[in-house]
Amino acid sequence: MTAMATSLRPDTGSRKGAAVTFNGAAVRLRGRTIWSDVSLTVAEAAFVAVLGPNGAGKSTLIKAILGLLPLAAGTASVLGRQPGVAKGRIGYLPQRHGFDSGTRIRGVDLVQLGLDGTRWGIPLPGSPSRKRDAARVAEVIELVGATTYARRPIGELSGGEQQRLLIAQALVRRPRLLLLDEPLDSLDLTNQAAVAGLVRRICEEEQVAVLLVAHDINPIIGYLDRVIYLAGGGAIEGAPEEVITSETLSRLYGAPIEVLHASDSRLVVVGQPEAPFVHGDRHA
Amino acid sequence: MATVMPEAAVFQGLSWNPLTDVQQLFTYPFMVNALAAGTIVAVMAGVTGWFMVLRRQTFAGHTLSVIAFPGAAAASLAGLPLAVGYFGFCGLGALALAGIAGSRRSLSAESAAIGALQALALALGFLFVTLYHGVLNGLDSLLFGTFLGITTQQVVVLLAVAAAAVGLVAIAARPLFFASVDADVARAGGVPVSALGFGFLLVLGLSVAETSQITGALLVFALLVTPAATAHQLTARPALGIALSVALALAVTWLGLALAYFSIYPVGFYITSLSFGLYVLVRLGRALGRRRRATARLALRAA
Repeated sequence: MTAMATSLRPDTGSRKGAAVTFNGAAVRLRGRTIWSDVSLTVAEAAFVAVLGPNGAGKSTLIKAILGLLPLAAGTASVLGRQPGVAKGRIGYLPQRHGFDSGTRIRGVDLVQLGLDGTRWGIPLPGSPSRKRDAARVAEVIELVGATTYARRPIGELSGGEQQRLLIAQALVRRPRLLLLDEPLDSLDLTNQAAVAGLVRRICEEEQVAVLLVAHDINPIIGYLDRVIYLAGGGAIEGAPEEVITSETLSRLYGAPIEVLHASDSRLVVVGQPEAPFVHGDRHA
Repeated sequence: MATVMPEAAVFQGLSWNPLTDVQQLFTYPFMVNALAAGTIVAVMAGVTGWFMVLRRQTFAGHTLSVIAFPGAAAASLAGLPLAVGYFGFCGLGALALAGIAGSRRSLSAESAAIGALQALALALGFLFVTLYHGVLNGLDSLLFGTFLGITTQQVVVLLAVAAAAVGLVAIAARPLFFASVDADVARAGGVPVSALGFGFLLVLGLSVAETSQITGALLVFALLVTPAATAHQLTARPALGIALSVALALAVTWLGLALAYFSIYPVGFYITSLSFGLYVLVRLGRALGRRRRATARLALRAA
């Protein structure tokens, strides 16, 4: 398989203003190379979707940015530092299957944990720092529109409501970079678009760069700035209309790929070597 | 002897006058020690139990309590204080559980390994009791608890261990809460999730060792799980939940000790029955509340 990495359109932002930069990067897991020779740049305050078939290494890319997985080759810079150094300025929402209905944790406590969950000791009730924290938590819950249900146990909320509170948790420390691993999974189409719209708004209002791992580009394509497409052991980065084309994806996969424009303006990718993959299909 | 003692010191049984009954409870030093020990254990069990239920580690907690039994039996056999056996075995048990959890196999393999450890512990306990030959003074009190014969020195040890454990939990409260609720995000934020899990098992081992000395090895759950589970049912607020868990553990311990003092039945029975009764009441209350809300919603929709 040919590994490749191409930036189709040089990023508009200067290198200094990049939130994430990878240069010839590779990650190996248990002796297997997940992807290699990946070079990409995520500009500040850009909304970028991370796409690709299952097993292409989308979550691996997120973990490499977090510094949870070491690079086997190449270099990476995250918010101007080595991966793993700028932890406090990155908001992270891992891939998950939601909280089950027995989870007796209030949404507001979950958001609060994003702010003070790493601090040791117990704060004195009524202290100024505690009031400041409470105000910030209320502000960020308001921002994601979760005020009406933030005080209910999270296990009793719908998937979309849980996702909004988790995004609030990731945002509460005013990060410069937000990493969302499949936040739209398990949401219906209407909620997928609503959450994508919320992320777009956050991107602009809070000036935060967002990497959002997704299965299906269709409900979010209108909100995106850029796309990172992982496949065939490599990655391609660029504007959505440039990346999701038959030529570009064929080059990435090293096999003929066809991108069809369905009559409802949905994009459908067919002809992948491993298995026929349609965007929007849920692979188990 | 009886003539030297003040009149109130004579055991009078239940007088049905609350004031004299409470006074009577504090007359004998053994009872004062039992109340002090029960209070210390209840506070510690309430705090660590709340986190244990949150972390869904009740099976690990139960295994630790079963391990407490061979610990106490081995200490009797070796002529050592029971506390040495309780703390030693529960500490070792916590290390073993942390090892099992650390090997990161599937969840089912983990619970199977914990179960195997539990069976071994029970068998060892039985072996030690058999080896002891003579009448092991109160096998039933090792298993089901006693409040007789707690010395002031024991109370001091209980207090020191409980203060250390509760202090550690207080220092780590927020990172531990974070790691328990959302391990992936906590790890990404820099919380030492694995170290906290290991440390919590050790604190849990200490709590079980302390609680065993009042409720016996088999009834540890009455103080460690039931009040905490009841508190989780009553509120989703963390600080309030911990306070409630401690308050409930204290209430059932005090009431259980008083009932055991005035009757011929063992203290473990009372503490267990009281906390179980509270748990059932709260669950019933919540179920009724849900049904009432559902009916109200239906009525609203119909209107």
